Amino acid sequence: MAQVTAPSPARPVEVELRPAPPVDLGRAARLGLIGGVAMVLVAATGIVGTFQTRLLIDPILPLGLLFLYLLAFAFGWMAGKPPAALEGFAPARANSRNLVAGALAGALGGLCVGVLAALMSTFDLRGVFVQLSPQLLEILTFGLPLGAAIIAIVAISAVAGAIGAGVHLLPVRLKRSLLPALVWVMMFALFTDLVGQLFAGLSAEFLTDFLFTGRGGALTIVGAITVFIVVFVAYWLLGGRETTLRERIEAMPRGQRTRFSLIAAAVILIILWFVPKVMGPFVSQVLDTAGIYLLMALGLNIVVGYAGMLDLGYVAFFAVGAYTGAILTSPQSPAFTPQLLLIVAIPFVMIAAALAGLMVATPVIRMRGDYLAIVTLGFGEIARILFNSEWLAPIFGGAQGITNIPDLQIGPLQLSTPQDYFYPIFLFVLIAAYVTFALQNSRWGRAWMAMREDESVAEAMGVNVVTAKLSAFVVGAVLASFGGALFGAQIGSVFPHSFDIVVSVTVLVIIIVGGMGSVPGVALGALVLIVLPNLLREFSQYQFLFYGVLLIVMMLTKPEGFIPSKRRAQELHADELSQDAWLDIYGDKPTTDATTTEPPR
Amino acid sequence: MSLLSIESISKAFGGLRAINSLNIEVDQGEIVSVIGPNGAGKTTFFNLVTGMETPDSGNIVFDGHNVVGLRPNQILELGLARTFQNVRLFPTMTVKENVMVGQHCRGKAGLIGAIFKTKSQRSEEARIEARAEEVLSFFGTRLAGYRHDQLAFVLSYANRRRLEIARAMATEPRLLLLDEPTAGMNPRETIELTELIGRLRDEKGYTIVIIEHDMQVVRNVSDRVIVLDHGEKLTEGTYDEVSTNEAVIEAYLGRPSERR
Repeated sequence: MAQVTAPSPARPVEVELRPAPPVDLGRAARLGLIGGVAMVLVAATGIVGTFQTRLLIDPILPLGLLFLYLLAFAFGWMAGKPPAALEGFAPARANSRNLVAGALAGALGGLCVGVLAALMSTFDLRGVFVQLSPQLLEILTFGLPLGAAIIAIVAISAVAGAIGAGVHLLPVRLKRSLLPALVWVMMFALFTDLVGQLFAGLSAEFLTDFLFTGRGGALTIVGAITVFIVVFVAYWLLGGRETTLRERIEAMPRGQRTRFSLIAAAVILIILWFVPKVMGPFVSQVLDTAGIYLLMALGLNIVVGYAGMLDLGYVAFFAVGAYTGAILTSPQSPAFTPQLLLIVAIPFVMIAAALAGLMVATPVIRMRGDYLAIVTLGFGEIARILFNSEWLAPIFGGAQGITNIPDLQIGPLQLSTPQDYFYPIFLFVLIAAYVTFALQNSRWGRAWMAMREDESVAEAMGVNVVTAKLSAFVVGAVLASFGGALFGAQIGSVFPHSFDIVVSVTVLVIIIVGGMGSVPGVALGALVLIVLPNLLREFSQYQFLFYGVLLIVMMLTKPEGFIPSKRRAQELHADELSQDAWLDIYGDKPTTDATTTEPPR
Repeated sequence: MSLLSIESISKAFGGLRAINSLNIEVDQGEIVSVIGPNGAGKTTFFNLVTGMETPDSGNIVFDGHNVVGLRPNQILELGLARTFQNVRLFPTMTVKENVMVGQHCRGKAGLIGAIFKTKSQRSEEARIEARAEEVLSFFGTRLAGYRHDQLAFVLSYANRRRLEIARAMATEPRLLLLDEPTAGMNPRETIELTELIGRLRDEKGYTIVIIEHDMQVVRNVSDRVIVLDHGEKLTEGTYDEVSTNEAVIEAYLGRPSERR
């Protein structure tokens, strides 16, 4: 892998490395108990019971129990993970003791579930936890008598934990092929509709019939094995290379690299052109929603990520865009009905959004940090209440909103289906991404960043902070208003309740989880937080539970987001970088994923 | 006429009179040191001149403009730049970006220009970058080459101080205010910086006001020394005049312990 080609710096002094400490069994036990609490919670929130009827692989793997034992697997993986190499110690290697740690963690987790089962069979807990029903007990105990069931649960959890820890013992290449293969099988099993739609769009229904138990059915055992083998072989062959694709691209001479990225961009654009055609209306609708959120996220990224102003009322600008578009195009608009085409209305939408941006920004110019966040939160709510109010109903239609917004029309082209809307939304996302890139390395982009770092010094160094703040708010507002106008046209109506505080929060979470200040990160964030929940409709009642868990896990393990901007990653992992610098010299870096950051340049 | 003239300014924080009817003149091309015990009002004096705080009364005239009441960025644009006692860089911006922020006030390009990459925006951007590199080259190899793209927070302490001076230089000032530039430096770095301050005047033509506690540095760089105490000017003059002044010895320098 990567370490093979990188020239190793000379060791300045030969030192005797101390043997690494063995894996900590006490920690494993603690992790096991934490895992047990998580497993009990998963059972008590009803996830196990609800999804027991959903078969991942027909007929052997129901999703409900898999959830439970995946937790045992995950905590076993954590417990069996060799600790990061400390200065002066030889890098830790996984051995059978790690397996024991994993099994211990898993077994303790299982024991907690066993205790839950025992409690459930003795008392009726449904007064407090509605979901702890006799049916759930039946599922948890596999229909066995209690004593045997507890032994079975503990045994299965211990095995799951040991397998989790066993991942660390695998040779790298095997691990790098095995894990993706399992993940792909899981994805095929979870996204049955999506996969079916994809095969239908490519007129390859025979694949659906082969892999699944009929259209819309679950993955069959044969199907699962097929997917597993195909992915495993593909990754095994790719894993043989000594350099990653990224390193090879970076090693290319400049001209070749430009040509490569142009070709790559063209290929991606062509694929995207066919996405809505192949994926059909449902998936296109989901992608449209994600695109609109992405547009907002890119706008908010400028305000929060670049200029460092925490805006919690960002949905207001989205609403201004949607309402301006609606008033100017709809024949049902209560006050006046110019009935413009949306294309013609867009400049007015931009102006309205810019004015709204100025209106919000002007009173908060002298505010910083928390105070700014609270005031913008208030502005967001004020906007929603105004659009909802009886007082302004003659203009905005009050709670009835504005309906009958005509579809987007470009020349002779009349867009109506979700598939059609994919293209204009995607175009605006591209524009927003370009604007973000262009402003990043510009005079005002630097001024925003300077203001984010230290406002008074930025001002003392010549940055007009008033202009900087106003301009950041205006750019963010205009980008959000595009999203609003497209949203209104696509849905065909705007109602005040579409502009809830939850929208602001979701957009902010997209940025944070994706990676603040980074365009690819924000795109991935929108994909994870908007596309996944919409494709996995069956989980919708647990959507916010998963959001919460995702946020906590991200903040603990990867606070810089999925694809962070380089500077944020460096800032948040400065200690680890200096630690890894030592590893580069005294080499023999453990080939586990114990160190996640890249070595310093 | 003097470049900077301060006419009986006063500043009080609650009951504490930080600056009390202070008069100071700084001529073009001078290097003036401001010394005094802790709490004498030296940094407050800098904050007042650069507009980070507003005086309660009095006038600050820089190059014929009364700067009292102007915003810090407007004062900087007139040609009055400073560094900070507790180094205040933009930590997660690169070294070069830090200096390029200093050029902000000398540019005109707006958001529209940046989005459409107009010809004037591109040439201005190239000029800002060239200017930033030129400023950094003033520090020899200290801030050269690969350091341009390093984030400011990874720099050593001495280099951070240098980068702060570079950022101030990039604003193309006429008067440079340095707040304890050698604080926390080792003796070799202090000597190097003393030479650098001389070069700033000789090669760049800046007028310099410097707050300094290291009396070696004060003796080596300054044409004139101003002593502050309790927000008032105790005395001023050449280093030799000031260092033998009874009041200064009493308030700040102290006398050698008497032999028994």
